[in-house]
Amino acid sequence: MKKLINDPDDVVDEMLDGMTAAYPERLRRLPETQVLVRDDGPVEGKVALVTGGGSGHEPTHAGFVGDGMLDGAAAGGVFSSPTADEFGALIDACDAGDGVLAIIKNYEGDVMNFETAIELAEMEDVEIDSVVVDDDVAVEDSLYTSGRRGVCGTILVHKAAGAKAAEGAELSEVKRVAQNVIDNVGTMGMALTSCVTPEKGEPTFDLGADEIELGIGIHGEPGTERTETMPADDVTDELTETVLDDLDVDSGQEVLTIVNGMGGTPQMELFVVNRRLQELLGERDIETWDAWVGDYMTSLDMAGASITVCVVDDELKELLGAPADTPALTVR
Amino acid sequence: MTDDGRAAVAAVEAVANRIERERDYLTQLDSAIGDADHGGNMARGWAAAADAARDLDDPDAQTVAKTVGKTLMSKVGGASGPLFGGSLVFASVELDDGVTAESAVAFAETYLEKVKDRGDARVGDQTMVDALTPAVHTFKKSIETDSRPALEALAKAVDAAERGVAFTVPIRARKGRASYLGWRSVGHQDPGATSTLFILEELLAVAADQLDSEVPDVDATSPTIPDEAGTDEGTTPEPEED
Repeated sequence: MKKLINDPDDVVDEMLDGMTAAYPERLRRLPETQVLVRDDGPVEGKVALVTGGGSGHEPTHAGFVGDGMLDGAAAGGVFSSPTADEFGALIDACDAGDGVLAIIKNYEGDVMNFETAIELAEMEDVEIDSVVVDDDVAVEDSLYTSGRRGVCGTILVHKAAGAKAAEGAELSEVKRVAQNVIDNVGTMGMALTSCVTPEKGEPTFDLGADEIELGIGIHGEPGTERTETMPADDVTDELTETVLDDLDVDSGQEVLTIVNGMGGTPQMELFVVNRRLQELLGERDIETWDAWVGDYMTSLDMAGASITVCVVDDELKELLGAPADTPALTVR
Repeated sequence: MTDDGRAAVAAVEAVANRIERERDYLTQLDSAIGDADHGGNMARGWAAAADAARDLDDPDAQTVAKTVGKTLMSKVGGASGPLFGGSLVFASVELDDGVTAESAVAFAETYLEKVKDRGDARVGDQTMVDALTPAVHTFKKSIETDSRPALEALAKAVDAAERGVAFTVPIRARKGRASYLGWRSVGHQDPGATSTLFILEELLAVAADQLDSEVPDVDATSPTIPDEAGTDEGTTPEPEED
């Protein structure tokens, strides 16, 4: 398969340099690492928010580094966790002495490497805590995970906890907000095509020309059901119903929704999905407080989409609606 | 260089050589149930660790252990980096006063505890814990209860680890990538338990060499001490269910 790359081994390194070149006033790369941090950091008087994970999910993770969201992000190889020392360098660079919250997506490599770095930071008397995001309602265990996978709902954790931290709240409060999002968010995705990793250069899984896969992850790992292609409305209904049932959303509740592109799907199709999503929520008397549409948590060039629903209370509405200024998300 | 430090560097070099020799074998074990990268990742990590240990200026054993742990943490990747490397960094704290039989027991216990915590695994999950737990418990008992010499205790620990590795074959994986296979993991030897055994075998050989002794012949029936949480689940293969 054709790729606009030089050498598969250099892809992450060159991407990171390209990102700092695009946002020289926002992002800075720590020397000898794959860690990007706020150029103006560490920010005094504020809990630092750090995250990271495999590359290939852009704009996740570093795209959300900036005012009102993250303080820094570690990038691993394509679909593989950063090592514990990279997470350690990230924590060290972002800690301003007011506490650090690590936002971890639930994958074994991410969790183990981040936890090791956290424990080592604690030995150096860094005040640090963590949350694990597991919003994918499709599967319990999968190739890279015990329990549910962390996917697009993670962006809302960055946003709400980031806004809380920007208010100057203490670590326990920032963590409470992050956990509140995790407890109230669910996501399910689907694929029209497989992703193609730079290293392998061919599709990670085989999907027939007239097949789609529901419940797919963000690393080409298997989903829950393979079916014949369906109209967008039917796919939307299937994903949304599963998420709503899992979250147990009642009529009258308010939600934020995300229709997230997996990397290879045009905006046109994402808006088609959003149209049906909002129609369906209306039929169920669920009120949409805000609707996001775009590529937030991708899987390289995979065609497909995920639907995220987050039940919002007054506090979450205030925090999710608060200003943010990052390369990939701006809220005014 | 202290004697401890010299022995520690020799041990790291021996482990690096052994893992390189067993690289294809470990990868072969991993390709049956995982993503076929254990041999390559471990060989790369231990080669870098041996280089880092050799570059240390007059180190003691604690410094060697910490350096090797940090190198493995940064070079091995995946879950093996934190498990093999991170645990070594934390365990190295026990070597403040050098290597004695007592500090070696504390070191081994901390290492085991960190592996179990980090991996959230216990005996019977078809992981490195299955080799490490009987080895550490046997080592501790031989020294503290039976007052055996350290070299004999280590030989018994290796023997226990060997049977721990064999124990991973008939059971079902409940942690790690292999757990995704469910019952299909039954019948496969765990790569992490296997590399753990290789590391212990090399530690024993280097320890005997340093003491100018033969490796003691141990009674191969020394008991494998079960995990406190019990091993009833998973020890008996059940028919395919899915």
